Amino acid sequence: MKALSKPWYVATLEWVDARFPLTKMWDEHLAKYYAPKNFNFWYYFGSLALLVLVIQIGTGIWLTMNYKPDAERAFESVEYIMRDVEWGWFIRYMHSTGASAFFVVVYLHMFRGMMYGSYRTPRELIWLIGILIYLTLMGEAFFGYLLPWGQMSFWGAKVIVSLFGAIPVIGEWLSTLVRGDFGISDVTLNRFFALHVIAMPLILCALVVVHILALHEVGSNNPDGVEIKKKKGPDGVPLDGIPFHPYYTVKDIVGVAGFLIVYFGITFFAPEVGGYFIEHNNFIPADPFKTPTHIAPVWYFTPYYSVLRATTSEFMWVVAIGTVLLMLLYWREFKGAWRLVVPIATLALVGGYFTIDAKFWGVVLMGLSVLVFCALPWLDRSPVKSIRYRGPLTRIALAVFVVSFLVLGYLGTKTPTIALTRAAQLFTVLYFAYFLLMPIYSRIDTTKPVPERVTH
Amino acid sequence: MKFRLLPLLAILSSGAYAAGGGDLMHAEVDLGNRASLQRGARTFVNYCVSCHSAAYARYSRVAADLGIPEKVVAENMMFTTEKVGNTMQVAMRKDDGEAWFGIAPPDLSVIARARGADWLTTFLSTFYLDPKRPTGVNNLAFPDTAMPHVLWDLQGLKRASTETLTEGGQNVTHITGLETISAGLESDEAYAGTVRDLVNFLVYLGEPAKLVRYKIGFWAMLFLIGFFWIAYLLKKEYWRDVH
Repeated sequence: MKALSKPWYVATLEWVDARFPLTKMWDEHLAKYYAPKNFNFWYYFGSLALLVLVIQIGTGIWLTMNYKPDAERAFESVEYIMRDVEWGWFIRYMHSTGASAFFVVVYLHMFRGMMYGSYRTPRELIWLIGILIYLTLMGEAFFGYLLPWGQMSFWGAKVIVSLFGAIPVIGEWLSTLVRGDFGISDVTLNRFFALHVIAMPLILCALVVVHILALHEVGSNNPDGVEIKKKKGPDGVPLDGIPFHPYYTVKDIVGVAGFLIVYFGITFFAPEVGGYFIEHNNFIPADPFKTPTHIAPVWYFTPYYSVLRATTSEFMWVVAIGTVLLMLLYWREFKGAWRLVVPIATLALVGGYFTIDAKFWGVVLMGLSVLVFCALPWLDRSPVKSIRYRGPLTRIALAVFVVSFLVLGYLGTKTPTIALTRAAQLFTVLYFAYFLLMPIYSRIDTTKPVPERVTH
Repeated sequence: MKFRLLPLLAILSSGAYAAGGGDLMHAEVDLGNRASLQRGARTFVNYCVSCHSAAYARYSRVAADLGIPEKVVAENMMFTTEKVGNTMQVAMRKDDGEAWFGIAPPDLSVIARARGADWLTTFLSTFYLDPKRPTGVNNLAFPDTAMPHVLWDLQGLKRASTETLTEGGQNVTHITGLETISAGLESDEAYAGTVRDLVNFLVYLGEPAKLVRYKIGFWAMLFLIGFFWIAYLLKKEYWRDVH
């Protein structure tokens, strides 16, 4: 009879634990996952990204209940949601604000990683998976933006898909394959809907799980860039580590509350954010025969859009000079036959700059400006991780990068003029310089001694 | 000879305006002013719904939101349908619209969100006689618009006064102002009021939820600030052991 005297919930938990590692998982990822105790403000954005993902999936499910992926009815069904569906406007604004919030949070999360060297050994894979999440998110946002079927939805999609057309030989075939038609049409809307509500979210969720599993395998970095696992107490627990639950769960709740104040502030009081979160032109139904005078993607894509537009045929001279300079700078790093292959490849590349249309190179540079993040773990040659213990060169470089990203983003929302295009070209150069010169400046930069334990 | 528009200061009470999205008149939107919304709705059904639909808006919703009894709406405001739960459709067919105006008159449900209240105010205020146009009128906010001056009997008719300047060896004609040549049923002031009410109604029509979202938002903010405070205290309590 003694066994029966256990409270029912303990008995239930034991029953489950004998069949599924519930307590084990709880301990591994929360109660006995030891995180550095010196996380600061920048460490809120990981959990916030997870929160926004949940918001987007939740509101997305409810939107799907009333949305019609049909070129004849899509625009109408969104207005139906805004007017006739109970709380439909609220769900829709949560979703549209959530899309922008997702990028805000992810950009800040990435910036945190860049500041504190979170991409460095042993966290390269976490960083790469993170970039994959970011790429998937871009796809998710792009496919979703077609669904309201307004003018910006239509023409934005048209411009972006037509970029594939710049690829030599297979370009046109590829863009037709993506659209499923020779123009953006009902067929395109249907497949983008499928990708937006099933394919991308599924990949996103899977990647997020992998991201967190990889993180929990090696442990979190921190603002000091100190590996807390190097100093463990007699019980095997890192001296500077504290259990994620309850310490960081309660702390993240504060972050969640702060985030929600801003998020719902926008949702309730300014969901359009002056045309940046919801563009005015998107309240005009898609019209294939009427090109808007000004086509701009939503703000979170504009830095890359600027890079695309900056790549004119004149700018290819700058790219050519840059490519040759980089080759000369890094030539000595190559060994053996590579010392011959690399210059020849460089010359061939430069030849390509002037034989293939600049539009193609614009697409290439735009792609590179996103993918170049992947190279960070191998570009950074500093002996220390965190910016706290690095010298002025790294700090200036990071500041230049942030300014370039913001300015490019701003320029991407504007109608280009000659002056603005010149500015975009300048900041495109600076943007790439941050990454491509990193092996040099991160190595020669001064450093300060890194403490043994985290500071507080 | 190039034809360009200069800022108009003379007659537009709300300030300067230039074509192509330059300086627009300022709309006085006040969704809390129910009487204004009701007057705007009246103008809308009398003058606009003959050609323009508001196919996402229902008469019953307008009745409820604006505090007009459904019976009044049914008897005085519905010319194209019998059922108060129906949306604001037009009798005019799309093809006819295209044949008559060159373009089917757009749906006005979300026009205020696409164009903005300031643009609509300017558009509705700046029609002027132009014999070159098939409708006999042109517009400062929307040059060569296909829309006739539907509110002409209220506003009267205006003529553009121009001046020709030599700029860079070319003669450029600027419109310097609009002057009334035949008065309408309403004084300039009364007409400005009519436009204000109509634009106010169009802003409401663009997003009926606007009437409630600020109110709900206020309580949501209040709750979240309280939640933030409690969460902060909880965190502080737990973190006593760490510090």
